[in-house]
Amino acid sequence: MSQGVGVVGLYVRDQDEALEFYVGKLGFRVHTDVNGGGYRWLTVQHPEQPSFQLGLFKPQEPLLDAATVQAVREIVAKGAMPPLILDVADCRAAYEQLSARGVEFTQPPEERYGNVDANFRDPSGNGWKMIESRRGKH
Amino acid sequence: MKHANDDINGPARSRQDPDLLRRLLRAKDRMDAASHEDWSVARLAQVSHVSEAHFARCFKDAFGVPPHRYLLTRRIERARALLRDTDLPILDIALRTGWNSLGTFGRTFRDITGESPGGMRVREQAAREAARRMPACYASAAHRPALTIAVSEKRRREADATKTAPSKPEVT
Repeated sequence: MSQGVGVVGLYVRDQDEALEFYVGKLGFRVHTDVNGGGYRWLTVQHPEQPSFQLGLFKPQEPLLDAATVQAVREIVAKGAMPPLILDVADCRAAYEQLSARGVEFTQPPEERYGNVDANFRDPSGNGWKMIESRRGKH
Repeated sequence: MKHANDDINGPARSRQDPDLLRRLLRAKDRMDAASHEDWSVARLAQVSHVSEAHFARCFKDAFGVPPHRYLLTRRIERARALLRDTDLPILDIALRTGWNSLGTFGRTFRDITGESPGGMRVREQAAREAARRMPACYASAAHRPALTIAVSEKRRREADATKTAPSKPEVT
Protein backbone atom coordinates (compact mmCIF):
# COMPACT_ATOMS: atom_id res chain seq x y z
CA MET A 1 0.00 0.00 0.00
CA SER A 2 1.48 3.38 -0.95
CA GLN A 3 -1.15 5.69 0.48
CA GLY A 4 -2.73 5.94 3.90
CA VAL A 5 -2.09 6.97 7.49
CA GLY A 6 1.59 6.43 8.35
CA VAL A 7 2.12 7.83 11.84
CA VAL A 8 -0.28 8.79 14.59
CA GLY A 9 1.32 10.32 17.66
CA LEU A 10 0.57 10.08 21.34
CA TYR A 11 1.78 12.51 23.96
CA VAL A 12 3.64 10.77 26.75
CA ARG A 13 5.12 12.18 29.94
CA ASP A 14 8.42 10.32 29.59
CA GLN A 15 9.69 8.65 26.44
CA ASP A 16 11.92 6.09 28.18
CA GLU A 17 8.97 5.01 30.31
CA ALA A 18 6.72 4.89 27.24
CA LEU A 19 9.27 2.80 25.34
CA GLU A 20 9.49 0.34 28.21
CA PHE A 21 5.69 0.12 28.23
CA TYR A 22 4.93 -0.16 24.52
CA VAL A 23 7.89 -2.36 23.65
CA GLY A 24 8.65 -4.13 26.94
CA LYS A 25 5.05 -4.80 27.99
CA LEU A 26 2.79 -4.55 24.94
CA GLY A 27 5.28 -6.18 22.57
CA PHE A 28 5.54 -3.39 20.00
CA ARG A 29 8.81 -2.85 18.13
CA VAL A 30 10.86 0.31 17.82
CA HIS A 31 10.59 1.76 14.32
CA THR A 32 12.55 5.00 14.72
CA ASP A 33 14.36 6.41 17.72
CA VAL A 34 16.48 9.41 16.86
CA ASN A 35 17.65 12.47 18.74
CA GLY A 36 18.14 15.87 17.24
CA GLY A 37 18.80 19.06 19.15
CA GLY A 38 17.14 17.85 22.33
CA TYR A 39 14.11 16.49 20.47
CA ARG A 40 13.55 12.75 20.28
CA TRP A 41 11.54 11.32 17.40
CA LEU A 42 10.34 7.99 18.70
CA THR A 43 7.90 5.71 16.90
CA VAL A 44 6.91 2.12 17.53
CA GLN A 45 5.00 -0.45 15.53
CA HIS A 46 2.73 -3.34 16.17
CA PRO A 47 4.63 -6.42 14.95
CA GLU A 48 1.73 -7.37 12.68
CA GLN A 49 1.19 -3.90 11.26
CA PRO A 50 4.33 -2.75 9.41
CA SER A 51 2.63 0.08 7.53
CA PHE A 52 1.64 1.98 10.66
CA GLN A 53 3.74 3.74 13.27
CA LEU A 54 2.63 4.95 16.67
CA GLY A 55 4.58 8.04 17.70
CA LEU A 56 5.51 8.49 21.36
CA PHE A 57 6.14 12.19 21.66
CA LYS A 58 6.84 14.40 24.59
CA PRO A 59 5.12 17.78 24.75
CA GLN A 60 8.09 20.10 25.09
CA GLU A 61 9.55 23.49 24.42
CA PRO A 62 10.31 25.04 22.02
CA LEU A 63 7.79 23.17 19.85
CA LEU A 64 5.15 24.35 22.30
CA ASP A 65 5.26 27.26 24.69
CA ALA A 66 5.70 26.47 28.38
CA ALA A 67 2.05 27.06 29.31
CA THR A 68 0.87 24.77 26.51
CA VAL A 69 3.34 22.08 27.55
CA GLN A 70 1.84 22.22 31.03
CA ALA A 71 -1.73 22.16 29.67
CA VAL A 72 -0.99 19.15 27.45
CA ARG A 73 0.69 17.27 30.29
CA GLU A 74 -2.39 17.89 32.45
CA ILE A 75 -4.78 16.75 29.74
CA VAL A 76 -2.84 13.52 29.15
CA ALA A 77 -2.58 12.80 32.88
CA LYS A 78 -6.34 13.31 33.26
CA GLY A 79 -6.99 10.68 30.60
CA ALA A 80 -8.72 13.19 28.35
CA MET A 81 -6.95 12.26 25.12
CA PRO A 82 -9.02 10.47 22.46
CA PRO A 83 -9.68 6.73 22.60
CA LEU A 84 -7.15 4.23 21.30
CA ILE A 85 -8.12 0.74 20.26
CA LEU A 86 -5.94 -2.35 20.10
CA ASP A 87 -7.40 -5.30 18.22
CA VAL A 88 -6.45 -8.67 19.65
CA ALA A 89 -7.21 -12.25 18.69
CA ASP A 90 -8.03 -13.34 22.25
CA CYS A 91 -8.88 -10.61 24.74
CA ARG A 92 -8.90 -12.80 27.85
CA ALA A 93 -5.54 -14.39 27.04
CA ALA A 94 -4.03 -10.98 26.25
CA TYR A 95 -5.43 -9.65 29.52
CA GLU A 96 -3.78 -12.43 31.50
CA GLN A 97 -0.49 -11.97 29.74
CA LEU A 98 -0.39 -8.18 29.96
CA SER A 99 -1.63 -8.10 33.57
CA ALA A 100 1.22 -10.41 34.50
CA ARG A 101 3.61 -7.92 32.91
CA GLY A 102 2.20 -5.13 35.06
CA VAL A 103 -0.09 -3.37 32.60
CA GLU A 104 -2.62 -1.22 34.49
CA PHE A 105 -6.04 -2.49 33.47
CA THR A 106 -8.98 -0.25 34.27
CA GLN A 107 -11.57 -2.81 33.21
CA PRO A 108 -11.14 -6.58 33.00
CA PRO A 109 -12.48 -8.40 29.92
CA GLU A 110 -16.22 -7.99 29.48
CA GLU A 111 -18.47 -9.31 26.79
CA ARG A 112 -20.90 -6.96 25.09
CA TYR A 113 -22.78 -7.42 21.88
CA GLY A 114 -20.73 -10.50 21.14
CA ASN A 115 -17.36 -8.73 21.44
CA VAL A 116 -15.00 -9.07 24.37
CA ASP A 117 -13.14 -5.94 25.47
CA ALA A 118 -10.91 -4.72 28.27
CA ASN A 119 -9.43 -1.31 29.10
CA PHE A 120 -5.94 -0.35 30.11
CA ARG A 121 -3.85 2.79 30.38
CA ASP A 122 -0.29 3.55 29.53
CA PRO A 123 1.82 5.09 32.30
CA SER A 124 1.10 8.61 31.04
CA GLY A 125 -2.68 8.14 31.24
CA ASN A 126 -3.55 7.40 27.60
CA GLY A 127 -6.51 5.03 27.60
CA TRP A 128 -6.64 1.94 25.41
CA LYS A 129 -9.50 -0.37 24.71
CA MET A 130 -8.46 -3.86 23.78
CA ILE A 131 -11.07 -5.52 21.60
CA GLU A 132 -11.53 -9.08 20.48
CA SER A 133 -14.00 -8.79 17.69
CA ARG A 134 -16.02 -11.58 16.22
CA ARG A 135 -15.72 -9.77 12.96
CA GLY A 136 -12.04 -10.73 12.95
CA LYS A 137 -12.90 -14.41 13.14
CA HIS A 138 -14.59 -16.73 10.72
CA MET B 1 -1.67 43.69 45.56
CA LYS B 2 -2.52 41.66 42.49
CA HIS B 3 -2.01 37.94 42.69
CA ALA B 4 0.77 36.70 40.43
CA ASN B 5 -1.64 34.45 38.52
CA ASP B 6 -4.14 37.20 37.83
CA ASP B 7 -4.07 39.06 34.57
CA ILE B 8 -6.49 41.18 32.64
CA ASN B 9 -8.54 38.08 31.84
CA GLY B 10 -9.07 37.33 35.50
CA PRO B 11 -7.50 34.66 37.69
CA ALA B 12 -5.62 31.99 35.78
CA ARG B 13 -7.02 28.50 36.00
CA SER B 14 -5.17 26.73 38.76
CA ARG B 15 -2.50 24.42 37.50
CA GLN B 16 -2.17 20.94 38.84
CA ASP B 17 0.81 18.66 39.03
CA PRO B 18 0.46 16.08 36.22
CA ASP B 19 1.71 13.33 38.52
CA LEU B 20 -1.06 14.16 40.97
CA LEU B 21 -3.58 14.22 38.10
CA ARG B 22 -2.43 10.78 36.97
CA ARG B 23 -3.12 9.44 40.48
CA LEU B 24 -6.49 11.19 40.61
CA LEU B 25 -7.30 9.57 37.27
CA ARG B 26 -6.64 6.23 38.93
CA ALA B 27 -9.35 6.98 41.52
CA LYS B 28 -11.71 7.98 38.72
CA ASP B 29 -10.87 4.76 36.84
CA ARG B 30 -11.62 2.72 39.95
CA MET B 31 -15.05 4.34 40.28
CA ASP B 32 -15.65 3.72 36.58
CA ALA B 33 -14.80 0.05 36.97
CA ALA B 34 -17.02 -0.51 40.01
CA SER B 35 -19.49 2.36 40.31
CA HIS B 36 -21.90 0.14 42.25
CA GLU B 37 -19.47 -0.05 45.15
CA ASP B 38 -19.29 2.42 48.02
CA TRP B 39 -16.55 4.94 47.36
CA SER B 40 -15.80 6.86 50.50
CA VAL B 41 -13.42 9.80 50.29
CA ALA B 42 -11.05 7.78 52.47
CA ARG B 43 -10.98 4.93 49.98
CA LEU B 44 -10.53 7.22 46.97
CA ALA B 45 -7.87 9.28 48.72
CA GLN B 46 -5.95 6.11 49.37
CA VAL B 47 -6.05 5.13 45.68
CA SER B 48 -4.69 8.56 44.75
CA HIS B 49 -2.15 8.83 47.56
CA VAL B 50 -3.66 12.13 48.58
CA SER B 51 -4.77 13.14 52.07
CA GLU B 52 -8.48 12.82 52.75
CA ALA B 53 -8.60 16.52 53.51
CA HIS B 54 -7.37 17.41 50.01
CA PHE B 55 -8.88 14.68 47.87
CA ALA B 56 -12.34 16.08 47.08
CA ARG B 57 -10.97 19.52 46.20
CA CYS B 58 -8.18 18.10 44.03
CA PHE B 59 -10.63 15.81 42.24
CA LYS B 60 -13.07 18.63 41.54
CA ASP B 61 -10.29 20.86 40.25
CA ALA B 62 -9.16 18.07 37.93
CA PHE B 63 -12.46 16.74 36.64
CA GLY B 64 -14.92 19.56 37.25
CA VAL B 65 -17.27 17.72 39.59
CA PRO B 66 -16.97 16.46 43.17
CA PRO B 67 -16.16 12.76 43.36
CA HIS B 68 -19.51 11.67 44.76
CA ARG B 69 -21.35 13.49 41.99
CA TYR B 70 -19.12 11.91 39.39
CA LEU B 71 -20.00 8.54 40.87
CA LEU B 72 -23.72 9.35 40.64
CA THR B 73 -23.40 10.16 36.93
CA ARG B 74 -21.65 6.86 36.30
CA ARG B 75 -24.31 4.94 38.20
CA ILE B 76 -27.07 6.63 36.23
CA GLU B 77 -25.19 6.01 32.99
CA ARG B 78 -24.86 2.34 33.84
CA ALA B 79 -28.48 2.04 34.94
CA ARG B 80 -29.51 3.62 31.69
CA ALA B 81 -27.44 1.12 29.69
CA LEU B 82 -28.98 -1.78 31.63
CA LEU B 83 -32.47 -0.38 31.09
CA ARG B 84 -31.80 -0.13 27.39
CA ASP B 85 -29.81 -3.30 26.79
CA THR B 86 -31.39 -5.82 29.14
CA ASP B 87 -34.80 -6.90 30.31
CA LEU B 88 -33.75 -6.98 33.96
CA PRO B 89 -36.42 -5.83 36.41
CA ILE B 90 -35.87 -2.21 37.47
CA LEU B 91 -35.35 -3.27 41.08
CA ASP B 92 -32.45 -5.50 40.00
CA ILE B 93 -30.94 -2.64 38.04
CA ALA B 94 -31.22 -0.36 41.07
CA LEU B 95 -29.44 -2.88 43.29
CA ARG B 96 -26.78 -3.65 40.69
CA THR B 97 -25.91 -0.02 40.15
CA GLY B 98 -25.34 0.82 43.78
CA TRP B 99 -28.66 1.83 45.30
CA ASN B 100 -30.21 0.22 48.35
CA SER B 101 -33.82 0.83 47.41
CA LEU B 102 -36.00 1.24 44.37
CA GLY B 103 -37.42 4.48 45.77
CA THR B 104 -34.07 6.25 46.10
CA PHE B 105 -33.00 5.00 42.69
CA GLY B 106 -36.18 6.11 40.95
CA ARG B 107 -36.17 9.52 42.58
CA THR B 108 -32.48 10.19 41.86
CA PHE B 109 -32.86 8.89 38.31
CA ARG B 110 -35.79 11.23 37.65
CA ASP B 111 -34.06 14.18 39.31
CA ILE B 112 -31.00 13.75 37.12
CA THR B 113 -32.47 12.68 33.79
CA GLY B 114 -35.97 14.12 33.96
CA GLU B 115 -37.44 10.73 33.08
CA SER B 116 -38.55 7.73 35.07
CA PRO B 117 -36.46 4.56 34.65
CA GLY B 118 -39.42 2.81 33.01
CA GLY B 119 -40.10 5.72 30.65
CA MET B 120 -36.48 5.86 29.61
CA ARG B 121 -36.39 2.12 29.01
CA VAL B 122 -39.18 2.33 26.45
CA ARG B 123 -37.59 5.26 24.66
CA GLU B 124 -34.01 3.96 24.73
CA GLN B 125 -34.89 0.51 23.53
CA ALA B 126 -36.47 2.08 20.47
CA ALA B 127 -33.26 4.04 19.76
CA ARG B 128 -30.97 1.11 20.53
CA GLU B 129 -30.25 -0.07 17.02
CA ALA B 130 -28.72 3.23 15.98
CA ALA B 131 -25.93 3.05 18.58
CA ARG B 132 -24.79 -0.40 17.60
CA ARG B 133 -22.01 0.64 15.29
CA MET B 134 -20.04 2.55 17.94
CA PRO B 135 -18.01 0.82 20.71
CA ALA B 136 -20.57 0.47 23.49
CA CYS B 137 -18.82 2.38 26.24
CA TYR B 138 -18.30 5.48 24.08
CA ALA B 139 -21.88 5.43 22.94
CA SER B 140 -22.87 5.10 26.57
CA ALA B 141 -20.48 7.81 27.83
CA ALA B 142 -21.83 10.25 25.29
CA HIS B 143 -25.15 10.03 27.10
CA ARG B 144 -23.66 10.43 30.57
CA PRO B 145 -25.84 12.95 32.40
CA ALA B 146 -24.19 16.34 32.90
CA LEU B 147 -24.67 16.87 36.61
CA THR B 148 -23.43 20.42 36.92
CA ILE B 149 -25.25 21.15 40.15
CA ALA B 150 -25.87 19.06 43.24
CA VAL B 151 -28.94 16.86 43.14
CA SER B 152 -30.26 18.57 46.26
CA GLU B 153 -29.85 21.96 44.56
CA LYS B 154 -31.63 20.71 41.45
CA ARG B 155 -34.52 19.48 43.58
CA ARG B 156 -34.68 22.80 45.39
CA ARG B 157 -34.71 24.81 42.16
CA GLU B 158 -37.39 22.63 40.67
CA ALA B 159 -39.47 22.95 43.83
CA ASP B 160 -39.07 26.75 43.67
CA ALA B 161 -40.03 26.80 40.01
CA THR B 162 -43.17 24.81 40.76
CA LYS B 163 -44.09 27.17 43.59
CA THR B 164 -43.73 30.29 41.45
CA ALA B 165 -45.22 28.89 38.24
CA PRO B 166 -48.36 30.89 37.52
CA SER B 167 -49.97 28.14 35.45
CA LYS B 168 -50.12 25.78 38.40
CA PRO B 169 -52.54 26.86 41.07
CA GLU B 170 -51.22 26.09 44.52
CA VAL B 171 -53.07 23.37 46.33
CA THR B 172 -52.96 23.62 50.08
